[in-house]
Amino acid sequence: MAHPPRHSAMLSLSNSGSSANSDKQQPPQQIQHIANTGLRVPSNRKTIYDRHLNRSRNAEISRSSFAFLFGEMVTYAQRRVTGIQDLEKRLNEQGYPMGLRLLDLLYYRTITSSTSSSLASSSTSTAPPNRPLRILPLLHLIHGPLWRLLFNRPADALEHSVSPDTPNEYMITDNDPLVNAYVSVPKEMHMLNCAAFVAGIIEGVCDGCGFEAKVTAHNQPTELWPGRTIFLVRFGESVMEREKVLERAGIK
Amino acid sequence: MSYYFTILSPTDVPLFNIAFGTSKSGGDGIARFRFPDTAQYMNQFIIHSSLDIVEEAQWMNGNMYLKHIDTYPPAAAYITAFLAPSGARFLLLHQPPQLPSTTAPGNGSSSLLGSSFSSSALSGGSSSRASSSSIGANPTSPQTEEAVRQFMNEVYENYVKTMMSPFYRQGLEIKSPVFRSRVTAAGRKWL
Repeated sequence: MAHPPRHSAMLSLSNSGSSANSDKQQPPQQIQHIANTGLRVPSNRKTIYDRHLNRSRNAEISRSSFAFLFGEMVTYAQRRVTGIQDLEKRLNEQGYPMGLRLLDLLYYRTITSSTSSSLASSSTSTAPPNRPLRILPLLHLIHGPLWRLLFNRPADALEHSVSPDTPNEYMITDNDPLVNAYVSVPKEMHMLNCAAFVAGIIEGVCDGCGFEAKVTAHNQPTELWPGRTIFLVRFGESVMEREKVLERAGIK
Repeated sequence: MSYYFTILSPTDVPLFNIAFGTSKSGGDGIARFRFPDTAQYMNQFIIHSSLDIVEEAQWMNGNMYLKHIDTYPPAAAYITAFLAPSGARFLLLHQPPQLPSTTAPGNGSSSLLGSSFSSSALSGGSSSRASSSSIGANPTSPQTEEAVRQFMNEVYENYVKTMMSPFYRQGLEIKSPVFRSRVTAAGRKWL
């Protein structure tokens, strides 16, 4: 643990600047078309539509730059907030649009790459992955592929609430969330968990799939894992009703 | 064959739409719907009326490509749906030409893609003409479904690229001329 890896896996989103010089070939008629419409294109003549979505699939960004960026995001969210809850809500809102995007990206990459592990365990390598219809496949999607896309490892646990009063609550556990690795929370704000950002991403994924949910991040330290975080996923009424209907219809 | 393609957000806001005609079997890529030009809203009307069926089908079937889901017989309009995982609906309305036109002179240049279809789908002798006309004439044939699937996948790729743009928020209209030209190209290539 003395030397954390310098280039740890984090958001494998498109890396903007560095990839510009990697391939130069470009369909010439595309340039022509853009020039005619008066659209301004980047100096390398490449729009986002000319970039390949899978190129940055295995790209990683350095942990220090991520920590710096995330620190700024927290600082930004902390301006003009009224309390801890408000701050967590703002972090959540920053993560939400990312969840929607990652969902589409995740599926796109699974369709186009036949070699990588498939999203759903049931699907074969040739068939495109199925959209999650029930709660459990959705949670497995978050626990496995989404976590691997973000953090290069699956989440540590996935649990269902044991209380009969709250059958709509599920918990995803991360023993050592990357986002909190370099965040030291002051004593008077000990309730704060900046992984609310990740909770927002999860919420975006659930909502995108059509599962209305509220997701919150909670500290639950143990002796071994002082930074252990539980993401509490609370599905809405409509989702639970549909779940019952689909269960009766025998849809997996 | 005339096509009307639209992308709807999860909250039923139209994000993008385009009308085009077939480029197979000597088509010129110009849409010729059965309605007069003053009644083009009928396409939107028909395509949006199939949303109920899409919403029913989307929970019965986990595929992204839902194939042919709805038909509107008065206009002979066939509707095919594709669902993006994040909730956007891609709907394609196709309408065969009114008369079973025999003006398909299978010109040499467009047979490049037609022949690749024929090799996989049909083993017809006069390759280009047989396979291309089967796409046009029968909107529910497996060949058509496959061609539409390829089209949808190509649009989906470009849609994901739009989504990944930091300046795009979900639910905004897609205005990019590059996106439009990409969809047009996909239509020329597959439909």
